[in-house]
Amino acid sequence: MPRLEEYRQIVGADTIEELRLLAGYLKGRTMLHVNSTAVGGGVAEILNRLMPLFSELEIAARWELIKGGEAFYAVTKKFHNALHGDRQEIAPKDYQVYEDVLDQNLSQMNCEADLVFIHDLQPAALVKKRKGLKNHWIWRCHIDLSQPDSQVWEFLKPYVEAYDACVFHAPSFAQKLTIPQIMIAPSIDPVSDKNRELEPHEVEAILERLKIPTDKPLVTQISRFDYLKDPLGVIEAFQKVNPYVDARLLLVGGMADDDPEGAQVLAQVQEKAKNNPDVIVLCLSPTSHIEINAIQRASAVILQKSLREGFALTVTEALWKAKPVIASAVGGIPLQVVHKYSGLLVHSIEGTAYAIKQLLSEPAYAKKLGQNGREHVRQNFLLTRHLRDYLLLSLFILNRQSDFIHLSLPDGTLKSQTSTIINP
Amino acid sequence: MPLKAKEPFRFFTRLSLTAATGNKAKDLKSLVEHLKVASEAVIYQHTHRFLQQHQFLAPEPPNDFAYWVTNILQDEKLGERLEAIDTVRFSSLSDLRQAVIEVLEKGLTQNGSSREVPEGKEFHFMRSIRFSIPTPYQALDLAQFADCLKKVSISSLYLHIFEAKLRPPLGVNDFSYWFENELQELDLAQKVANLDPYTHTLEGLRSKIVTLIEKRLSEINYATP
Repeated sequence: MPRLEEYRQIVGADTIEELRLLAGYLKGRTMLHVNSTAVGGGVAEILNRLMPLFSELEIAARWELIKGGEAFYAVTKKFHNALHGDRQEIAPKDYQVYEDVLDQNLSQMNCEADLVFIHDLQPAALVKKRKGLKNHWIWRCHIDLSQPDSQVWEFLKPYVEAYDACVFHAPSFAQKLTIPQIMIAPSIDPVSDKNRELEPHEVEAILERLKIPTDKPLVTQISRFDYLKDPLGVIEAFQKVNPYVDARLLLVGGMADDDPEGAQVLAQVQEKAKNNPDVIVLCLSPTSHIEINAIQRASAVILQKSLREGFALTVTEALWKAKPVIASAVGGIPLQVVHKYSGLLVHSIEGTAYAIKQLLSEPAYAKKLGQNGREHVRQNFLLTRHLRDYLLLSLFILNRQSDFIHLSLPDGTLKSQTSTIINP
Repeated sequence: MPLKAKEPFRFFTRLSLTAATGNKAKDLKSLVEHLKVASEAVIYQHTHRFLQQHQFLAPEPPNDFAYWVTNILQDEKLGERLEAIDTVRFSSLSDLRQAVIEVLEKGLTQNGSSREVPEGKEFHFMRSIRFSIPTPYQALDLAQFADCLKKVSISSLYLHIFEAKLRPPLGVNDFSYWFENELQELDLAQKVANLDPYTHTLEGLRSKIVTLIEKRLSEINYATP
């Protein structure tokens, strides 16, 4: 379990003190986070790391999961893709499946907490339960809503507007809504197994165990096996440069509980890769954190050729390891990769192929991109910044959503005339 | 010995959240239209936030309007004029807003028709939600002040040096005000007021102020028998 002290060396003592200061105003408050999966995907990973820190700061935070079934997750996957702007066939009964499953969850879930954070669309309709509870509800959206399918968005919008506020990763995801839309980027945890420093011998041992040869530079994409991550496009891009560069492509993925398409995509990827010995496809369990860490550190170049993205924490992870990254200019990726400064942004298979060739043949340039990327992540995308933003968001909600909030000392010894009372 | 203040200097810190307004501009004309009716929290967000977000780099584009006009709209000449607006010289956000609008309107007049950016590259208007938070640090004299200044976060420094100018007494940073009015350290107050924030990162500014105070402290100690 992470402890705040572990971050002091990485983010500085003043950042840790600031967190303790802020948490003082929320001491004793209760918080509930709800999402649809305990493992796999960025949301679960972040919650796993944040919950112990809330406890350490004396904020009683719980994490609950909604219960769905195969049919429910097939529907929410379609909704998810449609909200990302992908065309989907959605039948009226799909909306019914969604409502029915959420209604079942409503009757079983205890939503009593001062602040309820609902993550993503799967549990979004739980907000129906807020009637009579007199607490505060926040919808945390982790997907790219810049070009949502209008039918699905119109279905979801009344639920979203029943919240006190919603949270998006990037300004381009914002919508015309009656509630405040707060911008909070996600984060990675620098002390977790996925991101902590590893000794070269540890990296070597893990790659040996996974039977990944290191005789050639590794060009790696780590992502769920999902059409929107375009693993087939990655293979095509690699095949274009394969005759000219001596490298291997490594496609590493796992499958999340709430993604029923994974097995089908994996089969297609394996089929496309089978005739090229330089393409390695590896399916790891969602808890293979240290393995992912070692693979990223052993790679020469990291790819994230997504067609749509919420944020792409795999990019954040790679940048934190000072790796040169080639990534699509979609979703939250341009917030992380500033073209030719902290990585290369691409828009096509051809562009990806060219960028692979460029970075493999210019290692000094690749190294500089990686170094800049690491500093950018240190400043903006580490867990401590995320924690601070959640604390500020909680204070904003509890302070009746004023744009200018003056706080007195938590013990009440310093009050200004303009201060608002946060414990009404 | 240095004077003791009657009123201690309490270090506060400034933290902020960013909220989207849902408004966006695709050309100069719509940028000006939205700017005219935007709240002061929006003006603050696009003119002051950069200092906090990019504290580790200097120099930085002074405001988001300049960045968008230069890099997205690709009107470098107009972008340069927007960059030249001296944010910290303004003692009110409404004056700053007016200055930005004047430059943009001049650009509109000179450029004639307005160029549009491709979809996805629009200027998104956002507003800043500001939190003013007292830290446990307070000082009664220069030595204590220097000690606290070494420990507070750079968000605190930002609040007392930059944002202080936007509230009464207008145009004065909090440190200089306290040095002058509580410790009668007029020269030190002036030296701190004269520091050009654009030529330092916030960390650089911190160390510069600490050095000025320590120098003054050694002068006082030397002069005291």
